[in-house]
Amino acid sequence: MPGSATPDVVVVGAGMIGAACAEALSAAGVRVLVIDRDGPAAGTTAAGEGNILVSDKEPGPELELAIASRAEWDVVLSRLPRRVADVEWETKGGVVVATTDPEPLKAFAAKQREAGVSARVITPAEAFQLEPLLTPRVTVGVHYPDDAQVQPVLAATALLTAVRDRGGEVRSGVTARAVRRSAQGRVVGVETDDGVIACGAVLNACGPWAGPFSADAGAPIQVLPRRGMILVTAPLPECVRHKVYDADYVGAVGSGDAELQTSTVVESTRSGTVLIGSSRERIGFDDSVRVKVLRELAAKAVGLFPFLGDVPVMRAYGGFRPYAPDHLPVIGPDPRTPGLWHATGHEGAGIGLAPSTGRLVTELFLGLAPHVDPDPFRVDRPAVLAS
Amino acid sequence: MTAYLRPRDGDPADLGTPTPVEITVDVEPLTAHAGQTVAAALLSTGRDTWRTTRAAARPRGIFCGIGACQDCLVIVNGTPDIRACQRTVQAGDAVATQLGAVLPTSTQPPNADAAGSATPPPTGSAGPASSHSTSNRRPQVADVVVVGAGPAGVAAALAAADGGARVVLIDAARAVGGQFNRQLPVEFGARRAGRLQHGWKGFVGRRDRVAGHERITQLAESSVWAIEGLRLWVQKGPADSVGREVFAVDAKALVLATGAYDRVLPFPGWDLPGVYTAGAAQALAKGQRISVGRRVVVAGTGPFLLPVAESLVGVGAEVVELLEANTLRTVRRGWLTDPLVAPGKFRESLGYGALLAKHRIPLRHGQTVVAAHGTDHVEAVTVARLDDGWRPIAGSERRIEVDAVCLGFGFTAQLELAVSARCNLTTGPDGGPAVVVDANQETTTPGVFAAGELTGIGGADLAAAEGRVAGAAAARQVAVQEDVESVQKGRRFAAVLARAYPVRDGWREWSKPDTVVCRCEEVTRAEVEAAAAERGVQDGRALKLSSRAGLGLCQGRVCSRTVGALVGSPESTAPESSMKRPIAVPVRLRDLAEVQEDL
Repeated sequence: MPGSATPDVVVVGAGMIGAACAEALSAAGVRVLVIDRDGPAAGTTAAGEGNILVSDKEPGPELELAIASRAEWDVVLSRLPRRVADVEWETKGGVVVATTDPEPLKAFAAKQREAGVSARVITPAEAFQLEPLLTPRVTVGVHYPDDAQVQPVLAATALLTAVRDRGGEVRSGVTARAVRRSAQGRVVGVETDDGVIACGAVLNACGPWAGPFSADAGAPIQVLPRRGMILVTAPLPECVRHKVYDADYVGAVGSGDAELQTSTVVESTRSGTVLIGSSRERIGFDDSVRVKVLRELAAKAVGLFPFLGDVPVMRAYGGFRPYAPDHLPVIGPDPRTPGLWHATGHEGAGIGLAPSTGRLVTELFLGLAPHVDPDPFRVDRPAVLAS
Repeated sequence: MTAYLRPRDGDPADLGTPTPVEITVDVEPLTAHAGQTVAAALLSTGRDTWRTTRAAARPRGIFCGIGACQDCLVIVNGTPDIRACQRTVQAGDAVATQLGAVLPTSTQPPNADAAGSATPPPTGSAGPASSHSTSNRRPQVADVVVVGAGPAGVAAALAAADGGARVVLIDAARAVGGQFNRQLPVEFGARRAGRLQHGWKGFVGRRDRVAGHERITQLAESSVWAIEGLRLWVQKGPADSVGREVFAVDAKALVLATGAYDRVLPFPGWDLPGVYTAGAAQALAKGQRISVGRRVVVAGTGPFLLPVAESLVGVGAEVVELLEANTLRTVRRGWLTDPLVAPGKFRESLGYGALLAKHRIPLRHGQTVVAAHGTDHVEAVTVARLDDGWRPIAGSERRIEVDAVCLGFGFTAQLELAVSARCNLTTGPDGGPAVVVDANQETTTPGVFAAGELTGIGGADLAAAEGRVAGAAAARQVAVQEDVESVQKGRRFAAVLARAYPVRDGWREWSKPDTVVCRCEEVTRAEVEAAAAERGVQDGRALKLSSRAGLGLCQGRVCSRTVGALVGSPESTAPESSMKRPIAVPVRLRDLAEVQEDL
């Protein structure tokens, strides 16, 4: 009887990462229970754009994870129950354009090609063929056919539906407070506001709140929130066909500067809206609207697509993205507390990186050979272990 | 095709000769009248739809009539997504049907620098509406900023200014009054405008005091689209146009008096053209002398339906039936729960009784419209008897031929600015969300006050009393004791009103699985329920994002309470997240990009 047996793993957090881990674990026969203080996909997942990108990453461990995860997305999608399989998945490809010196973007693309990314340098004329409404100021572009998009709430809730179909359980409105350990220090349960849940292991998939939960669990890790805001236009007819970035996007992602950074990402959704991202601010969990940020996003979007100037923005939304000080995800067992696992720190890339994160957690949990090198993401690296 | 402009002959408001304004509608020339809204100009020609929806290409026109629902979008001078009910015609305007989602084709409006020139100039001392070219501008400063110029906002502005504060009064309309004291456009030259209004003399006194007050700056045609702390972001100019000025006003204290809009409950056919909110019918009649139809049924609950019927009669419509969904037993019991409140209102209802008798309008209790029929327009409705819980009684259905339906099931407060200002919410007397205020009308956010319908639906008298208290307190004055007592009395009245005219859960049985629930995104009831059931999401953003209900241009104003009630608790309250609208009204990206303030 599903749900009645003690779960092997309690996943704390029903966002995209928690959902992907629970889905992969349950696909491998592991009994999982997912709990969330709110509900499925209610936090960071509901505040993102649904980016599945290889275009924005420099060669290195994160790009390797992104390439693996892009392939893993196809696997995960094929496993979704049919009734929830439509998650607005689109392999639309990305177009990165520079409006100033073309050389840095070309050099960046060349390095990515060496790392195995399909990155084709295109002329301005080719860029206008792909995106007819682009600014004429484009000097060079790079086309990334593997960039994709998904509606993150649909994706996360579909994964959780798959979990339930396999006998797993998802409980909303349950807040994890601490982990319970045996005399030997091994995790034997999770303490919640709804009582103690006995289990074999606890996976911390709390996203930006993974830091506070890890402290409550007695094994603090350094994961901090970074605020991001996105503007949403009124519905439009087809006008932006790819994910279109200004080349300055790449510089901002890896940076640790606290002050406001914005770089233009413009893309349309199936419902006709155009999403304009994205800002990055380190301002803790402050969620108040900042017109300065909105103005910056608007100005850069109009710079990339002048027609957007006359289009109304109808909504803005923001959320917090989890990042570790060295800007790499944190995936794996916590060596200080046997039975405690972490999967967080994906910053703005969590939707894209979720399937491989789930697979990696599952492989490590079951002692299988990992499909990507887990070492760069291990928990006990100096940047992550709070002293 | 049944709406019409009331003939001037015999109009009790005694209108002057209209000034012709030449515009085009889908390239054909049309002579409109100065002061008409685009919607009124189109309705005058008998045309009641000018947009089709994106997904199913359903025809749409006016629905809410007061700028909340975003259903009446039209293209003006190449710019799509302009609310026809809010936009006043200007000579040379090229109006065009908006088929689905449309890209803008003009880069600048034809008379960008003349934007707002047809409006009465703001009165009072020099306000924030100044030069657009200065860069690194500092935000304007006011002691008290009042948002909304209905009964609550006007009262608050006067009380604050009388208390010595410098006041900025902001409203999206061209003139003060709000929905309750909606005025005819000055261009209509009405010599007896007061004949369309209750309490006109008192209103004119307040209106003229606002206009002449040395410490009040009135910002007409201005919307607050964002709040940062006590800084308000305003856009000023013709509704939804490109090139409006965007600027900041810093307040020492803020009074939110943003009012409410009609609540409508879904049933099959409620999205057919010819189905309007009661407020839309009244706004068009009182403000533009347009009748939404010739044979009209008014349905819903609450005493507000009576003045709506009165307004319709005033523009020559036949109100074939007035349907109060609550049974006479419920209404009577509700009124009798507080005998101190009832007598005054009974006298008022006697006046309406005479009106109904004179025009032979049958008032039927315990009945409502449960379906609207027609292909491109309402041709008939099905009326059913309801039990005390509002479930339709099988076998009681009857069909009546009408060409318009006006619906009002109470009101929903405009709460997004209060939510942006982080004011705590509670459940109001009617079960809907409302702002928590103390005895000074101050919210849980220091320096932010709220007055009128957003503290709980209670009508114009209570709103005005709350406004007087809030305005005085915002100006750091002690409120007049009489006003404090009026508020207390008004709250008792609001509580009685809610008991006499409750909205019962039985309405959830009126709709069918294929009934559209979210008008903007055309999401059906079955789709909302499937998202909740199959994806395990109950409310909030996740439900919105997985069903799309509430993600459209109105940002869930029309559907969020409905969706919340259909999938969640029996309580009709919407989750707070559905009122979180950091961008309160749409802003054109260029105008946002060109914000001049040095931030």
